[in-house]
Amino acid sequence: MSEKTKPSLDARRAFLGRLGLVATYTGAAIGVGALGAMEAGTAAAKTDPVPAAAPSGSAGGGSFPTPDYDWTKHQYAFGVDATKCIGCLRCVEACKKENDVPLNAHQFRTWVERYVYLEGEQSAHIDSQQDPVNIEASGSEKEYRFANRYKDAKVEKAFFVPKLCNHCTHPACVQVCPTGATYRTEDGVVLIDHSYCIGCRYCVQACPYGARYFNEEKGVSDKCTWCYHRITKGLQPACVEVCPVSARVFGDTRDKQSPVSLFIRNNRVHVLRAESGNAPNVFYVGIDKEVN
Amino acid sequence: MEPLIDFAPYTGWVYPNETVFEWSVLIAVYPYLTGLVAGAFTVSSLYQVFGFAKLKPVAHLALLTSLCCMIFVPTPLLLHLGHPERAFNSTITPHLTSAMAAFGFFASFYVALLVLEGWFAYRPFIVQQAQTRTDLLGRFYRLLTLGSYDLSENAMRHDRKWIFALACIGIPAAHGLHGYVGFMYGSLKSREWWSSDLMPVIFLFSAIISGVSLLAVLYVGTCKMRKIPVDLGCLKGLAYTIWAFIMVALVLEGLEFANIVYKGREGVEMIMHYVTGPLLIPYFILQFAVGAITPFLWLSYMIWRGTTGKALIVGVTVCACLVLFSVFMMRWNVVIGGQEISKTGKGLLSYKMHFGGKEGALVAILLTLAPMGLLYVLTRLFPPWDDHATDAH
Repeated sequence: MSEKTKPSLDARRAFLGRLGLVATYTGAAIGVGALGAMEAGTAAAKTDPVPAAAPSGSAGGGSFPTPDYDWTKHQYAFGVDATKCIGCLRCVEACKKENDVPLNAHQFRTWVERYVYLEGEQSAHIDSQQDPVNIEASGSEKEYRFANRYKDAKVEKAFFVPKLCNHCTHPACVQVCPTGATYRTEDGVVLIDHSYCIGCRYCVQACPYGARYFNEEKGVSDKCTWCYHRITKGLQPACVEVCPVSARVFGDTRDKQSPVSLFIRNNRVHVLRAESGNAPNVFYVGIDKEVN
Repeated sequence: MEPLIDFAPYTGWVYPNETVFEWSVLIAVYPYLTGLVAGAFTVSSLYQVFGFAKLKPVAHLALLTSLCCMIFVPTPLLLHLGHPERAFNSTITPHLTSAMAAFGFFASFYVALLVLEGWFAYRPFIVQQAQTRTDLLGRFYRLLTLGSYDLSENAMRHDRKWIFALACIGIPAAHGLHGYVGFMYGSLKSREWWSSDLMPVIFLFSAIISGVSLLAVLYVGTCKMRKIPVDLGCLKGLAYTIWAFIMVALVLEGLEFANIVYKGREGVEMIMHYVTGPLLIPYFILQFAVGAITPFLWLSYMIWRGTTGKALIVGVTVCACLVLFSVFMMRWNVVIGGQEISKTGKGLLSYKMHFGGKEGALVAILLTLAPMGLLYVLTRLFPPWDDHATDAH
């Protein structure tokens, strides 16, 4: 190396060295900060999982979640007896009101599907309350009912199937969330931290059940929480509360005498899309081969 | 009755929440730009690492193109987010099981790598400008020298080592970045149209052909603008590269489709109904017939006949434009097509793209063209065809 080039190279090396040092210190500072934020986030999630998932106005100030609630002592599950459902859609309306779900025909935390097999046909006619014919019958996107559209047809078999988030043991939505804003609680409920969700909607795409929607107004994903703000106070989810025929059953599987424990024990239950590996925690009775 | 929310028309049975399209055209633009990054970098690497001397005239242009596209890659995502101000949540507290969480790291690393490689590649030019200019731009170049004015053979050898090393790291980084984008779709088990192990590889090869094609178009275009003759050797090199990779891309896409049909899993009837109906034109006609098979046959013919001169320039340019169009259609057919097939497997939706709005066609077009605007500025500051710069490295 010539005398002329050496100092120049040295100068560059020294400069790059200093740059590297600054980058290292900055990186370390950011790293420590991020770790701190992560720990703080985890701690917050463990001790105070609900506020973000709670609907506005239902938090009840500082009393939410109830201070004596311990999420390690519960393991919730949900049962649906499709043979009982009459398709009255009170559950859908109750859910919308209870959880501040946008009042339109395209975003739901829970919905009811109608399966109708007409005589001589191999596959079912399927619709839900959002179908334009049904909305026309209700007269408003804010009220729901099933139109009597098969009154002149020969119906061979027909039934209703209530649907909601399956609060899977291995939820695909939680797996894909880039920030961890959606997470599974210790008591088996999948929640969304609305204050941390970035609104990328990857979770909406990942859910095989179509249980999630994007709330444009809030800029975040949303879905059924099994009314976490209610169940942590010992109440039933709103949809279960209003069901006039007890087609929806909710409870704690740790309590062997809870309605849901008895429901699972006394019936041959199915889950939706078992092949997905998501391990859903909504158990069905009385559904047909076409229901998924 | 006037709908309360913008929703997609549908036929058959779809879940109620599916009637609102969640991923718009911007999510198709995002992998398109990422693909151009990877493809353009491939051209640069073919020269820097693999010694394809024919591609020397476009090596620097490739690097700049890659950087310009990469800078704009996050923009469609940011415009799409419900809370763009929280975008860094995924980087400062990444949820490690999420493919999307890696984006911030991949993207930042790659931008840093491109800037660094660009700096080494342009150092002789930067030094020369810093020493000769006395205006404001001179200050800018002096700042960019980072205090190093040494252009001796020894220093140049040192630089070339760095460029080689960075290009070596850049190849897996660029391809990893784009393969990862493919993984984001391929790993979702909720949609049969996306859920495929081949998806990352398909994305990768389509990325390569799109980036190389962009380079071919840019090279011919800039030669015309600068009124200099097109280096036919270089153009042939690009044409061969497109031809070779388009073959692989076509085979992979064919295999992917054959897999879906042959496996015939639940919902395949709806997929077949879709591809032979609403997707017939965008998928079979535009993406395959017009955008891939036509340029492949045309390029094959030109290679076979040894076409040269103006016919070669026109042929390769048109083929490259068709490939660019085909790859965009591929992104569209994956992102939008995937959502048009209902998760129920029993219904189809129809995406209606708005012209205006945050996620409309106009924004999508502007974002796709924006890297070219930046490239125009950067080529003024760092001429990729400058003899001094290209001679040095």
